[in-house]
Amino acid sequence: MAGSMRIVVAKPGLDGHDRGAKVVARALRDAGHEVIYTGLRRTPAQIVATVRDEDARFLGLSSLSGAHGHLFPTICQLLRDEGLDDVVVFGGGIIPDADRPALHEAGMRAIFGPGTTTETISDFVAEASSRDDAGVGADGGWIWEA
Amino acid sequence: MDDGVPSDRLKAAQGGSRRDLARLLTEVEDGRVAASELLGSSRSQGRSIAITGPPGVGKSCFIDHFLRAHAERGEAIALLAVDPSSALSGGALLGDRIRLSSPDDASVAERIYVRSIATRRSSGSIPSVLGDLVQVLHGCGWPLVVIETVGAGQSEVRCAAVADRIVLMEGPARGDAVQAEKAGLLELADLVLVNKADLDGAERHAAELRDSLALDGPDPPEVLLMSAHTGVGLDEALEALRDLPARSGSERARARERLANAAEARLVRHEDYEDILARIGNGTLAPEDAVEVIWRGG
Repeated sequence: MAGSMRIVVAKPGLDGHDRGAKVVARALRDAGHEVIYTGLRRTPAQIVATVRDEDARFLGLSSLSGAHGHLFPTICQLLRDEGLDDVVVFGGGIIPDADRPALHEAGMRAIFGPGTTTETISDFVAEASSRDDAGVGADGGWIWEA
Repeated sequence: MDDGVPSDRLKAAQGGSRRDLARLLTEVEDGRVAASELLGSSRSQGRSIAITGPPGVGKSCFIDHFLRAHAERGEAIALLAVDPSSALSGGALLGDRIRLSSPDDASVAERIYVRSIATRRSSGSIPSVLGDLVQVLHGCGWPLVVIETVGAGQSEVRCAAVADRIVLMEGPARGDAVQAEKAGLLELADLVLVNKADLDGAERHAAELRDSLALDGPDPPEVLLMSAHTGVGLDEALEALRDLPARSGSERARARERLANAAEARLVRHEDYEDILARIGNGTLAPEDAVEVIWRGG
């Protein structure tokens, strides 16, 4: 199935707000992808193990608790440690603009805030899946521009 | 994302690399390699159990207990959790992991492998793909494989028939036993579990199922009441799964489903499949004649 990706959508840390993650999961399904939703309050190690066992090509992280600055880069590092360098990581939630450069630096290719349309996220997945420099371990620092 | 040939990946997966196991299963799922090509004639011994039943009866919750119980004894156990793809978009939302805590528990996670499987568009081929996935898991050091599938619809029933044993899970307020009968699953079941025994109506439903099964033949499956929530009857249910014997009636029903599936897989894979469908659709070919053409390999 060309264009259909396996995507893990995960909620790391102590954060019970999953409306956004569920909307994104459903939108990606409707765009033809196979989406594995982890449920709430997963640790970085648990999320990375799920990505590995499910052979997911993409990982979407949602955080509305303010802990993204710690959790997201930790997950990116664990993915590289596991040899999952080709996994594309994106994030969403309440992420202040000032925090974004550090997350991009950590290997995340897109951060989507409130107001992002589901089409934009689908477009990102389509673009990232056609590139070979979008993985969390890739050099070059490609960042999605809507 | 491809790096390496399947045989190297198989060796790595057999050596314990879960990343390579996961990628190998993707290759099999995508139809890029078949289990027989990978493993040759050296089939590993293993067992597979399908757990099926209507949506919401508690399959995932029970399976979580099953995975944990096995892993705590030091035995490896794998789960293939099958969910339907959307007929509209071809995508799928695979949410079985929400109810599973054992794969995330560091003390047992090493011995539990969970893989979510979407039925994809070609529903006719998913059972044969599942059979291959089970073989590959057996060949990579996972002797026990659980298949979780919603027991509604023909392709899901056939997914269950891939396994050596079939456990049907039911719950209270499921209507009378005729509902269970309709799905065609009762005759396939080697064991019936009625979950949510803590709720009203579970006992009555179990009694109805027993009555209905007694009419079917001399070797009815056992019906056990349990609650994955409170733990009532849970140990007995888990124990029953450890060495579950096959019923003679279910063996035959399972063989029938497997045969039908093999036939359908051959049909769906035929090079003129789309053309044949079009011709049946516009009335220039009768379905019976089409079957003749496909069977003769024409």
